[in-house]
Amino acid sequence: MDIYRDIILDHYKHPHHFGTVLKNNAKATLYNTSCGDTITMELYIDAQSKKIVDIGFSGNGCAISMASASMLTDALIGKSIAAAKKMNTENIIKMLGTTLTPSRVKCAVLPLEVIQKAIGNTV
Amino acid sequence: MISANKIRKDFPLLSRKINGKSIVYLDSTATSLKPASVIDAVNDYYKKFTANVFRGIYTLSEEATCKYEGAREKIARFISAKKEEIVFTKNTDESLSLLSYCYLPYHVKRGDNLVTTIMEHHANFVPWQQYANTHGCKFHIWNVGMNGELDCDELKKLITSKTKLFAITAASNVLGIIPDIGKIVKIVKKANPDCFVVVDAAQAAPHYPIDVVQWGADAVAFSGHKMLGPSGIGVLWAKKNILEDMPPFLFGGDMIREVHKDKTSFNDVPHKFEAGTPYIEGAIGLGAAVDYLSKLGMKNVRKHEIAITTYALKQLQKISGIKIFGPKEAKNRGGVVAFHVAGVHPHDVAQLLNEDNICIRVGYHCAMPLHEHLGIGATCRASFYIYTTREDIDALVAGIKKVIKIFR
Repeated sequence: MDIYRDIILDHYKHPHHFGTVLKNNAKATLYNTSCGDTITMELYIDAQSKKIVDIGFSGNGCAISMASASMLTDALIGKSIAAAKKMNTENIIKMLGTTLTPSRVKCAVLPLEVIQKAIGNTV
Repeated sequence: MISANKIRKDFPLLSRKINGKSIVYLDSTATSLKPASVIDAVNDYYKKFTANVFRGIYTLSEEATCKYEGAREKIARFISAKKEEIVFTKNTDESLSLLSYCYLPYHVKRGDNLVTTIMEHHANFVPWQQYANTHGCKFHIWNVGMNGELDCDELKKLITSKTKLFAITAASNVLGIIPDIGKIVKIVKKANPDCFVVVDAAQAAPHYPIDVVQWGADAVAFSGHKMLGPSGIGVLWAKKNILEDMPPFLFGGDMIREVHKDKTSFNDVPHKFEAGTPYIEGAIGLGAAVDYLSKLGMKNVRKHEIAITTYALKQLQKISGIKIFGPKEAKNRGGVVAFHVAGVHPHDVAQLLNEDNICIRVGYHCAMPLHEHLGIGATCRASFYIYTTREDIDALVAGIKKVIKIFR
């Protein structure tokens, strides 16, 4: 079992879309209750097409949650908010391509929860 | 001096292997492993004398009562207390919460203040904070320095005639600080003899000799599961007159003397505080745990912990990129070391150590105010007990080096 695949460590060390989206119209923050880490997601959603034009994330966390956030921004930019809403735990684990113990699933899924909360805030 | 290698044979769990590898258990501050004698004592209740206590006129019940009360006596001796001053509870949290429900409302009034320290476990922090917040009282905190320094002059300023409660841990579950409880209680009582002093001994009772009379506190709480006993059994010690003056906490069986249509009178202490059928096998198991520790000798337990902690501090400090929190020397601290590995989140450290069955705890360790005060975020914590060997420490050091290599 190799949780820390190279791709996860790469995303952790060099996260994609880390930072803010100045022209954002959806934003949310959530805590990971087990370690107190926070993740903030800022999105710019095109009002007409309902597509995610840009995402920026900030905060701190373990390699799993940071890599998940980074990979998720790659996966969702250009997609519709309906697609983001449909994503679930299974999709995240598949995206990370690793096996996670129950306590770490929470870390992996947190970024998706933040994005879904941000989208929910706009409607 | 005790031999950890010899002791390990008494702990069945230590012979377990996961994925073909032995277990390196470094989380005794969260809960301790259990020796066979404790497991047998609990099993014997189920196999040989399952019966309710106090009410049976048959042999089985009398045996159960005798063992249950015998456990109370052993625990009393263990902390130099009187038998009738030992109340069985669920754990330290319940013991402390009992005081907040049964003592505070009758002695603390609006405008008074409650004082605790920043290094407390939530169990010895939240009850007092919540009481203060909801009853118009002030809540003051005695701070500690980065390396665990406690400034007694600051304490003297905090204790006034309006201070009705002072609560302190006898060993920090993060920094390992062991405050001089006897000295601190004297300072508090001198400043205000009416101040009720509570000691959280959850991290002390398992690790060093305790004498509640010498401490001079009014109440002391600890848990069974951190000192080789079963989970779900805890102890509240308080001076007899204090227990007698407090109203009951929970109502029901065993805690009453007489019940009439319009009134009820209550049983003597400590039974007044033990409503319903108690956790009989838990108490008996804790009695067996106390037997085990008493046989080793608590001074010897402490000596072993100083030796193993000295070794751990020395070996861990050699790793570049590691930051250790708390007192620098083992003689001033319990067998617990909280640390950071530079550039690696504590969850990732623990996850990778787990690949070699090295069990450490990460997070806030139920001491968020302390982490916030020190501004350090979540930490890794390795903790030691009578069965911890140098080999365990070596495995931890090798494991951390592996973590650093992976994240480099």
